[in-house]
Amino acid sequence: MESNHKILLLDDESDLLELYQDILSRLSSRPQVQTATTGARALAMLASQPFRLLICDLKMPAMDGLQVLAIVRRRHPELRTVVMTGTEDEEFRSRAYALGVDLFWLKPETQQNMQMFLECIESLLSREVDHGFRGIQSKSLIDLVQMECLSQSSIVLRVTNGSSMGRIWIHCGELTDAAVDDLVGEEAFLNILSWKSGTFETLPAEPDRSRTIFKPVNGLLLESAQAMDETAGRMEDGSPRQREQDRASRRVSALVQAGAEWAVCLPSGDARPVEVCGTQSGEELAGWMRVACEACRSLSEQLNAGPLGQLRGVHAEREVLLLPWEDKTFLVGWQTGVDAEHALEKSKKIAFSWDS
Amino acid sequence: MGLLNLFYSAGSKVQRLPSGSLTVDREGGIVSSTIASDYPPVLLQKIVQDVLRLFREARLAQLPFSEISLTFASLQITARELRGGAIIFLSPKIQTSSTPTN
Repeated sequence: MESNHKILLLDDESDLLELYQDILSRLSSRPQVQTATTGARALAMLASQPFRLLICDLKMPAMDGLQVLAIVRRRHPELRTVVMTGTEDEEFRSRAYALGVDLFWLKPETQQNMQMFLECIESLLSREVDHGFRGIQSKSLIDLVQMECLSQSSIVLRVTNGSSMGRIWIHCGELTDAAVDDLVGEEAFLNILSWKSGTFETLPAEPDRSRTIFKPVNGLLLESAQAMDETAGRMEDGSPRQREQDRASRRVSALVQAGAEWAVCLPSGDARPVEVCGTQSGEELAGWMRVACEACRSLSEQLNAGPLGQLRGVHAEREVLLLPWEDKTFLVGWQTGVDAEHALEKSKKIAFSWDS
Repeated sequence: MGLLNLFYSAGSKVQRLPSGSLTVDREGGIVSSTIASDYPPVLLQKIVQDVLRLFREARLAQLPFSEISLTFASLQITARELRGGAIIFLSPKIQTSSTPTN
């Protein structure tokens, strides 16, 4: 069944909109193309009906393209976005990609360029239909491996979880190897499967890779599922107090391993309590974290600077690193003089292992 | 190519990210600045006030910072405390890769 995707074109020049509306409507997938001449109008249209793709100019009065894209990314994370601009500027390109656009394209000035642009748009429109869909993260890694093996794929799956990165080699539907940190083979595969969330990407097959896993994939998947069930069972068996103590000791251990002094976890919203490890000043620190989060959020929005990656503060005795992490914010204390990259990597590990 | 000239709109400009440095006193007054003069003063004041507030609130939380560095996806803000005021460095980040990651 052919689906007529909807495209929303946003540009402040109505002549240009009509022209593009006409050109895009003739794509082979026959999309419905609607237009808006202001950012506010485009946002209202996006709120009232589903669109597959937003094509947006950058230079517009009142609300510029980057401002529109920042709002769109927050309200409609599933929407594919394309910037089409006459402004050749690396800063704008960089900022647009930081806001998560799928494509940044200079307004075509030759027929070939226009043809390439149309092919990219067609590809973006069809990508979700033909090649999986966003939201596959909701599937477990076990589902993913099963799907790849059932479809007799030959690929390398690169799986990232926090600062850990693992690879799983599949050749003609057979699981052949896995690697993560110092582990390889079955051990690495089971370790990767124990991750509860993360991101993945598929890389080209490496058929020459030596095989280290000879067990059938289904056997290993079953083994992994059983191990996870047993872990969950043990967690349920313990008393809440015991579980809390276990969690606290794991956090202390993570801090010691990383070389950090303390950590504070601030969940989003006020409903959940602040969690503290290694300091008595949790509430004071959490108060500053709230101020910092609010300041960074409003700076990010008003300057269109993209999301906060980290905030680092230095004083004579200590350095701290504030790190947004999923639906939480972490503040990790380090001794002065710690290498910034090291502190960032280790802070990410602490955040990643916080609830494990 | 006459038709294709239409592709170049003469619309309003996009606000650039600020680049340069500024020195501010403890009340937030800008003492000196190398930021482009067409950058909106209201946004500069927003940066200044937020930075000074971060220093001030941190002191209350027993974190007397001498330096704060905020790393956004497209902008780096680094501020050094200066007798209650601050010197603030603003550096837009240009990524070398033009390929988006999905």
